[in-house]
Amino acid sequence: MLNNPLDFEKDIAELDALIAELKQMGRDPSVRADAAQKGIDIEARIAEVEAAREERLRQIFANLTPWNQVQMARHPQRPYTLDYIRMLCDDFFELYGDRINADDPAIVGGLARFQGRPVVVLGHQKGRDLKERQQRNFGSARPAGFRKALRLMKLAEKFRKPLIIFVDTPAAEANLMAEEEGISTTIAVNLREMIMLRVPIVVAVIGEGGSGGALGIAVGDRVLMLEHAIYSVIPPEGCAAILWKDRNRAAEAAEALKLTARHALEFGLVDAIVPEPIGGAHRDPQAMAATLKAAIAEHLSALLALSPDALTQARYAKFRQMGRWQELPAVHPEVEALET
Amino acid sequence: MARGGWFRRPLRNGNRPAPVPGDLWTKCPRCGEISFTRDLERNLKVCPKCGYHHKLTARERIQMTVDPDSFEEIDAGVCSLDPLGFPEYAEKLMRAQQATGLCDAIVTGYARIEGYPLLLAAADFAFMGGSMGGALGEKVVRMMERAVRERLPVVVFTANGGGARMQEGLFSLMQMAKTSAGVALLHREAVPYIVVLTDPTMAGVYASFASLGDIILAEPGATIGFAGRRVGNQDLGVKLPDDFQTAEFQQRCGMVDRVVPRREMRGTLALLLGLLAEERAHAE
Repeated sequence: MLNNPLDFEKDIAELDALIAELKQMGRDPSVRADAAQKGIDIEARIAEVEAAREERLRQIFANLTPWNQVQMARHPQRPYTLDYIRMLCDDFFELYGDRINADDPAIVGGLARFQGRPVVVLGHQKGRDLKERQQRNFGSARPAGFRKALRLMKLAEKFRKPLIIFVDTPAAEANLMAEEEGISTTIAVNLREMIMLRVPIVVAVIGEGGSGGALGIAVGDRVLMLEHAIYSVIPPEGCAAILWKDRNRAAEAAEALKLTARHALEFGLVDAIVPEPIGGAHRDPQAMAATLKAAIAEHLSALLALSPDALTQARYAKFRQMGRWQELPAVHPEVEALET
Repeated sequence: MARGGWFRRPLRNGNRPAPVPGDLWTKCPRCGEISFTRDLERNLKVCPKCGYHHKLTARERIQMTVDPDSFEEIDAGVCSLDPLGFPEYAEKLMRAQQATGLCDAIVTGYARIEGYPLLLAAADFAFMGGSMGGALGEKVVRMMERAVRERLPVVVFTANGGGARMQEGLFSLMQMAKTSAGVALLHREAVPYIVVLTDPTMAGVYASFASLGDIILAEPGATIGFAGRRVGNQDLGVKLPDDFQTAEFQQRCGMVDRVVPRREMRGTLALLLGLLAEERAHAE
């Protein structure tokens, strides 16, 4: 059961409470006897409410707005990177530090086994409670985090281990210290290095794909998105502030930005959507992990068949073709523009 | 569609209308000094009183930097599309095209600087803040691939205050990866890549190809940084330095090699091209 449901989850929370109450009653022999006397079948009643709950859940999740998707992607109960690493991998051995001067807890990673095969895993990590959230800076990585990620990628390359990367960040850190330590440069260097990395890279956007902070570890051979994850060039609040000088119009901005998994797939900017359990990953993390594991395994095995050269060539070509443009006949665009 | 009649000569470099009387004088946004526009232009658009570097259009930048008549534009017809159907984007694009005479926010082409052949890109802030969309990313990568094929050094003048162009959504974010992929090629093939950061260079552009130069120069006083000066995002009680997110700040932090005044830029680039490029110097 959820502690603080989103607004559109409220109905479900109420039904959950009702079911819990009925079950409580069912456990009490005196209440059972009393109910039986009145011809009430508590078990049947529970089944009824549970069916209603399933139906309502289905209804709600068939009609999520883009803003609902943003809320889902940011859901505080959603499984995070370390949850997935623990559910998907064995022998996880976490590694720390950027080998310059810091360890950034907003990015975690290390060595592990995935289906018996040694791999390097890493990803953004959000905190679960207030204290951990602060410690992990809400999943917003600093330069040290991006350097740590690159260090782990180079480790993977050196020992020819495939990379599995989880993306879940609102954005990269943007305060004074991040600027002083060269946040832009560290992200850019990661982009350049990831393109040429000579091992397979499978990326899964598990929650928020927040602009450059996400992309800085997301240049993969395969980029998967969980069904309710988002991927955006700018947070909807920021977009609304720029467009309409009103952060409260974030829902409209979310719609305009087309930041859902469905759109990203349609645009050809991600490779697959990993379906979530009905109601979202947080309602059944084990089932989610199993689905995600199968998806990663499938893509990884295809990539493992490729040579390092074939991998990097394909990765270059993949990102090279992204974007939409048109080419007017190369006659003087000045004249063209002035006349339209 | 009406094409220019036979008598309409294509406008060369003069992509701005002739100055109207109101443009006779230009006021410095920093010190308020009012200069005769002609004189200011003769001074490379640097305020004679306080040294403020006025923004340049892409055409002005190229004209000021390269050898006379050496610029040969490539991929001039590459235009952005509106893949999201984003509110008001199509109109904004058209207005920007009309105002600047450009298809998009960057101009690329062959050029020479003091005889050194190179490929050059100049961004134009007047085109939607110089923001990076599909057309800009495509032009930058094409230029870099060409540079690898023809073994020509690359010089890029950035002026992209808009960062990634949000009206193109995730497509524009991916231009960061795309342009950085271009740089990865240059990097692997050891083709010299010089970046000149000019006012302003921010966000998605600064966090991709703009900060990946082998050499990074910047113009004095240019605004350069990751996220806009959103004070709300700053830690409580942290006072920002006065020069926060300027060329000088970035140099102090180790992100920029040199802050180079505009009148020295051409000479500096020629010097660097001579030091970095292969023997092909001074063809003709």
